[in-house]
Amino acid sequence: MSIVVDNISRRFGGFTALDRVTLETKPGEFLALLGPSGSGKTTLLRTIAGLDFADEGHVLFDGQDMTGTPAAERRIGFVFQNYALFRHMTVADNIAFGLTVRKRRDRPAKAAIAAKVAELLELIQLPQLGDRYPAQLSGGQRQRVALARALAIEPRLLLLDEPFGALDAQVRKDLRGWLRRIHDETGLTSIFVTHDQEEALEIADRIVVMRGGVIEQIGTPAEVQSAPATAFVSSFIGETNRLPVTRRDGAAIIGDGLATVPDEARGQGGGEIHIRPHDVELAQSGAADALPVTVLASRPIGRSRRITAELAGIAEPLTFDLPVAEEAAAGQSLSIRPVRYRIF
Amino acid sequence: MSNSNPTTIESPWARRALIGVGFLFLALFLFLPLVMVFAGALAKGWSVFFETLVDPDALAAIRLTLLVAAISVPINAVFGVAASWAIAKFDFRGKSLLISLIDLPFSVSPVVSGLIFVLLFGAQGWLGPWLTEHGMRIIFAVPGIVLATVFVTFPFVARELIPLMAEQGRDDEEAARSLGANGWQIFWHVTLPNIRWGLLYGVLLCNARAMGEFGAVSVVSGHIRGLTNTMPLHVEILYNEYDFVGAFAVASLLASLALVTLGVKTVLEWRFGIHRAGAAH
Repeated sequence: MSIVVDNISRRFGGFTALDRVTLETKPGEFLALLGPSGSGKTTLLRTIAGLDFADEGHVLFDGQDMTGTPAAERRIGFVFQNYALFRHMTVADNIAFGLTVRKRRDRPAKAAIAAKVAELLELIQLPQLGDRYPAQLSGGQRQRVALARALAIEPRLLLLDEPFGALDAQVRKDLRGWLRRIHDETGLTSIFVTHDQEEALEIADRIVVMRGGVIEQIGTPAEVQSAPATAFVSSFIGETNRLPVTRRDGAAIIGDGLATVPDEARGQGGGEIHIRPHDVELAQSGAADALPVTVLASRPIGRSRRITAELAGIAEPLTFDLPVAEEAAAGQSLSIRPVRYRIF
Repeated sequence: MSNSNPTTIESPWARRALIGVGFLFLALFLFLPLVMVFAGALAKGWSVFFETLVDPDALAAIRLTLLVAAISVPINAVFGVAASWAIAKFDFRGKSLLISLIDLPFSVSPVVSGLIFVLLFGAQGWLGPWLTEHGMRIIFAVPGIVLATVFVTFPFVARELIPLMAEQGRDDEEAARSLGANGWQIFWHVTLPNIRWGLLYGVLLCNARAMGEFGAVSVVSGHIRGLTNTMPLHVEILYNEYDFVGAFAVASLLASLALVTLGVKTVLEWRFGIHRAGAAH
């Protein structure tokens, strides 16, 4: 199913959670809403679900206006960060809930519900645990049960609010890949909220980067990484060294003339240059387009060497990834040339 | 609290003395009076004890007390659930005002609570003439006693449930809603099972107070024997008439009720122990 979010605004008292947000998904897409807390990503997800309602704007499912439709009638699967499993029901009853509360004429027969539950328990790889209670399961198992419960109603759309937020790092990694496989198997359009950029980059088809109730950029993981639309996206996704620049006639002067690099966009005035740690190379000392840094620390990490260095007049230390063969000792001076960078 | 508690810095002697004082206090002010109640009730033997209880006036008082509790406890259970649901699950204007209002009966003297109803519904009261005209009696009649009891006992269930429901949040209800459940199904299958122990506990306390309430009921009842006397009022009347055995016999019934409440309360606390942590008043 395709979803259109058209000019949605939402205010809570004086706080603007969403400010004229517009968004469109393709059928079968796996979309990530990524942003820091307070960016409006959860409000947007809840608005799509019908658990919250916008002050202005429309939500359309396959071209049909759903703006005022209550959640119960939208047929969406919603997965909560804290699972929200019904603690007094067994796993099987939890999964069956969405079917057993249906009106009699829409409700499948008992045997059909049981078969559906068994099928879903198989899908989440917990076939033996139907009789357990949520309290008897691990966090990862609970979240899988929550997903099965959401899938039981055969939703048109799957919405996940920080689905791995309450889990520890290893379980989170395993579940990520698993969730992506479930998505590919079911072919459901899915939207998930996360503040973890690594998670979004790893499993989403497209990423919606949000800040302060506004969408900063929508793009594939490759696009948001290599062509960030704003300084915020650039610094929020992946590591970035940020330095002040002065732009003049196609050149960008870093700091007080520490180095001068070409500025293809030919901007004018002050700005900020973003250099990713691995987008640099070692240069001849004294090169005009290289940064004269002093090494603070150096340690090999895998196939690269992570250098922490300081630059005269810049308070924040910088980080660079050089080939592991490049020995560098603390206190040593290096010339670091930015190879790829973006100026905002 | 175990003796090996490392935060205890007092010497064993001091600790024993403190515990001793505590027990002495309890014995003197709780246990001894309770024993005296039962001893007084049985002072002239079991037959006199039972005779007093089957006296028509005593029976009427017992019946009225049960009736008042049977009406006011369900009312307050429903009200308490509704109010806590609204407070814990929704944001609205005037929420803190509602919370303060729920606490009002705890902070107002029961006598004042009773007087409120006399001023409202009494013969000289606000609505008195209108009520007389329509042949309705509220003050010095059962409706007044029920009203006063409802007023005095209405915080018990709500006070118990608000912290519990606030702690549980709205996720379960929202999950049920997204799965297609309607409001009634959500309440019946999700909310109610989540709060059942807290609700039972609140109902129990509410019931104990409803049966034991004296002050407010005393003001509105009129003390008409066999008609508007509840058990606590009947105890007072018997006592004032120097019928000590009778007074203590009825009092021992009330005391038994308290003991049963205490027992069930202990069992309930043990059943849903941790949830009680934030719910103390």
